[in-house]
Amino acid sequence: MKKFLNEFLKGIIKENPTFVLVLGLCPTLAVSVSVINGIGMGIAATFVLLGSNIIISLMRNIIPARIRIPCFIVVIATFVTITELVMKAYSPALNRALGIYVPLIVVNCIVLGRAEAYAQKARVINSLFDGLGMGVGFTLALILISGIREFLGAGKILGYTLFKGFEPAFVLGMPSGALLVIGLLLGFFNILKNRRT
Amino acid sequence: MNTAQFLTIFISAVFLYNVILSRFLGLCSFVAISRETKPAMAMSLAVMFVTIMSSIITWFIYRFLLIPFELTYLRTISFILVIATFVQFVEMVIRKISPPLYRFFGIYLPLITVNCAVLGVAVLNIDMFFTNSKAIPGSFYYSVFQGICVGLGYALAMLLMSGIRERLDLCDVPKAVKDFPLAFIIASVMSLSFLGFNGFRF
Repeated sequence: MKKFLNEFLKGIIKENPTFVLVLGLCPTLAVSVSVINGIGMGIAATFVLLGSNIIISLMRNIIPARIRIPCFIVVIATFVTITELVMKAYSPALNRALGIYVPLIVVNCIVLGRAEAYAQKARVINSLFDGLGMGVGFTLALILISGIREFLGAGKILGYTLFKGFEPAFVLGMPSGALLVIGLLLGFFNILKNRRT
Repeated sequence: MNTAQFLTIFISAVFLYNVILSRFLGLCSFVAISRETKPAMAMSLAVMFVTIMSSIITWFIYRFLLIPFELTYLRTISFILVIATFVQFVEMVIRKISPPLYRFFGIYLPLITVNCAVLGVAVLNIDMFFTNSKAIPGSFYYSVFQGICVGLGYALAMLLMSGIRERLDLCDVPKAVKDFPLAFIIASVMSLSFLGFNGFRF
């Protein structure tokens, strides 16, 4: 049980996909305007990661090594299409807000990276926890970035105004704000890492 | 089909909604390969070629395969498969025909398969130039032109960024922000200056 917990926890801090592996940044930066969008994107990506990790791990002995990448992509694209259809049906507003970044989960480096680096060699149950951990780590990173941007850029959290008379810095809500926040956060985590070693 | 539309596509794809600085597509390759100008340009040329070709191919697939058979929900799967196959095919052809060219951008080609910019352009073309599963007049030309312009926008951002980062090698920067973090902060300032184009009116 402890082993599974480790598989799950490593994705959250030690191998966080966004801040440590620096993967899958396109959706991270594009949708992190508000916390709601960030959570929606995080859940969608977690579902795709979980599904593709399980299926790829199940088929790891069947897929020939030379054509593994196209096989992985088909599996991932299937789960992305499921996500897209479900989101369109049950949450059209979120689908509109996330726009083209929902189909683009296919080319999110995290998903293909986990398939290539982990799921194709590991047992199903391990892959499940790995996918879940990576997904949760990605979601937490999204919440952190979008929280900073929504609070400083619009003066709100989850749509609620926190302080009266707070003058928001609109630039953080714009694309350049996203790049600035991720740059500073990466630098901050580097300082923490250097201090520990 | 009119000239004004082409101009709008050009301005918005290259400056207003630059693929990298505003839409964040292809950010991984942008940060990883922009350390020096020469590889950055090789990567940009490879991306431009693939975006143009994939715009053409995906338009035909969507218009003549997915719409007539009412399979539009297979858009994502079919596009990514076609793009991946196409990139692999181009890699094989280049290796056979021109080894120097293969050495020039051989290693960057496989990376393009998972470059969001390529699939992003294909999806954007479908969103912008098809209404209710019908092609708007001139949609094929608009799609190809948008492919070219997105490639140009990518090349522009890559060129600026690699130039700045070559200079940065000579500077003394804090250890914590070396490399990746600093690249993002610079990109942020570049994106801020591109925001100035937002005032454009036609």
